[in-house]
Amino acid sequence: MSEHQHHIQLAEESLAKQTTTLNLGPTHPATHGIFQNILEIDGEKVLSSEQTVGYIHRAFEKIAERRPYYQITPLTDRLNYCSSPINNMGWHMTIEKLLGLKLPKRVEYMRVIIMELARIGDHLICNSVVAVDTGALTGFTYVFQWRELIYEIYEEVCGSRLTTNIGRVGGFERNFSDVAWQKLRKFMDGFPKVMKEFEALLNRNRIFMERCIGAGPINAERALNYGFTGPNLRAAGVDYDVRVAQPYSSYEDFDFTIPVGTTGDVYDRYMVRNDEIWQSYSIIQQAIAKIEEIEKADPAQKNIFYAPEADKFHLPAKEDVYTKMEALIYHFKMIMGEIEAPPGEVYHAVEGGNGELGFYLISDGGRTPYRLHFRRPCFIYYQAYPEIIKDGLLSDAIITLSSLNVIAGELDG
Amino acid sequence: MALTNETIQQKLSEKFGEQLTEWQEPYGMLTFRAPAEMNLKVMQHLYDDMGFRFLTDLTAVHYPHSVNEELCVVYHMHNLVDNVRLRFKVFVPISKPDVFTATQLFSAANWMEREAFDNFGVNFVGHPDLRRILNVDDMDYFPMRKEYPMEDPTRTDKDDEMFGRGGTVV
Repeated sequence: MSEHQHHIQLAEESLAKQTTTLNLGPTHPATHGIFQNILEIDGEKVLSSEQTVGYIHRAFEKIAERRPYYQITPLTDRLNYCSSPINNMGWHMTIEKLLGLKLPKRVEYMRVIIMELARIGDHLICNSVVAVDTGALTGFTYVFQWRELIYEIYEEVCGSRLTTNIGRVGGFERNFSDVAWQKLRKFMDGFPKVMKEFEALLNRNRIFMERCIGAGPINAERALNYGFTGPNLRAAGVDYDVRVAQPYSSYEDFDFTIPVGTTGDVYDRYMVRNDEIWQSYSIIQQAIAKIEEIEKADPAQKNIFYAPEADKFHLPAKEDVYTKMEALIYHFKMIMGEIEAPPGEVYHAVEGGNGELGFYLISDGGRTPYRLHFRRPCFIYYQAYPEIIKDGLLSDAIITLSSLNVIAGELDG
Repeated sequence: MALTNETIQQKLSEKFGEQLTEWQEPYGMLTFRAPAEMNLKVMQHLYDDMGFRFLTDLTAVHYPHSVNEELCVVYHMHNLVDNVRLRFKVFVPISKPDVFTATQLFSAANWMEREAFDNFGVNFVGHPDLRRILNVDDMDYFPMRKEYPMEDPTRTDKDDEMFGRGGTVV
């Protein structure tokens, strides 16, 4: 371990030198997660920095090699835990791609609703935390009530809030309850007013703008070279969004725009996320309307919440398990992980809260993946952090970190 | 002219001839195999002449039964203008797992290669800072290789045959 702790020797050196070594993290209020930055600062100016990650590495890729497919969904929860449903859905879609399953439209729209709610929740956290780090706590406490409502909707759909394990291969574990629809309507009715107020607090707030504009910029070329995706790439001016580039779950049926920035600084990242919240809101509106249209045309559709072709992976209804032998056998087989997937090699990407969340799955025809790799957007773009904060102020480094939305779970995998 | 899988294969075959093999299209993504010492040449050509300016993913896979090509490094690249992805692989023996680093071309490759080194022990020649990244620094093995089973092999109360993949894989 001696090599690892070489930075501790810097204390001696720092007696002679004119600069200061500052440990930002592993546990620090500004990191919003567990990762370390060792900064070399001259007064308030950041000269260089060194990162250490891996504090919460849980070896999900190794664990996944011994888990039946359905038991891997809870592992994906714990990647970007601010928007777990997107990770869950991405994983289900990877398996569906491997199996060649086609989902009914209603199910795909239901998934879109959940994924866009998750995106709103994710961006709300990031943006309100940027505001907190600039000293404005009000917006944070205000929008968190509405994130709470999003979590209540998850709870109605799947039974849990943060690590959701939502949905199953082929669709959902159960239909949306009436309460879930009511809560969704409540969210749709009340959220725009709150969001407008949140924007009124910050968007043209002189202090906030002075703090954010020009802080932590990255240009489009460097951002691409560093493998940026998601809002952070779009803030730099590249209009790449997986939902548009390679539509999944019927995103091609929706009408929405991709907000882009120009300078890739903290303010642009904040504004891109804000605009995406409005786009997500509009997508949910459209999805609800489309589902209503489907149900109007054929009331029988109301009961469809999974693809019947997924019967090998989708648990039979509980009342059937108790009364029918076939269903009981299948239930048992699935729970014991005795379902084999066809051999194949799949890469499937979804637009996560932070960018392109990819699942690279190699199946050898067994009950578990032969190899599963998560392309975690945070892990890839966080390596640009030293370059972004170099020659900036320490306080800019803090808000850059929060506006990049580095989530420790996704960072360490 | 927009690139398609056929035109990419055609262009690459013109440039590299028979050296690129095992052309496939699993689930629509063009996949091929390149000789290990050619990885940078292929990547540079894809970057300069065919617009693959985005390194989506870089990872490794361990195939313990393929003699002298046990470790595989997989690159996923993306042409954002024509919106095509492709995947290519290089194979190296586990006794001498040397692959040229892509860090000169993509800054993003830095940590992804460190991760592949950390988990599989792929030696990226020319990497500026090839250290472990996720696992503890004093770990003396490469945990994602298949010879390290997930469960404690000395346990007798749990039979792996009953739970998914049976026994040891190697």
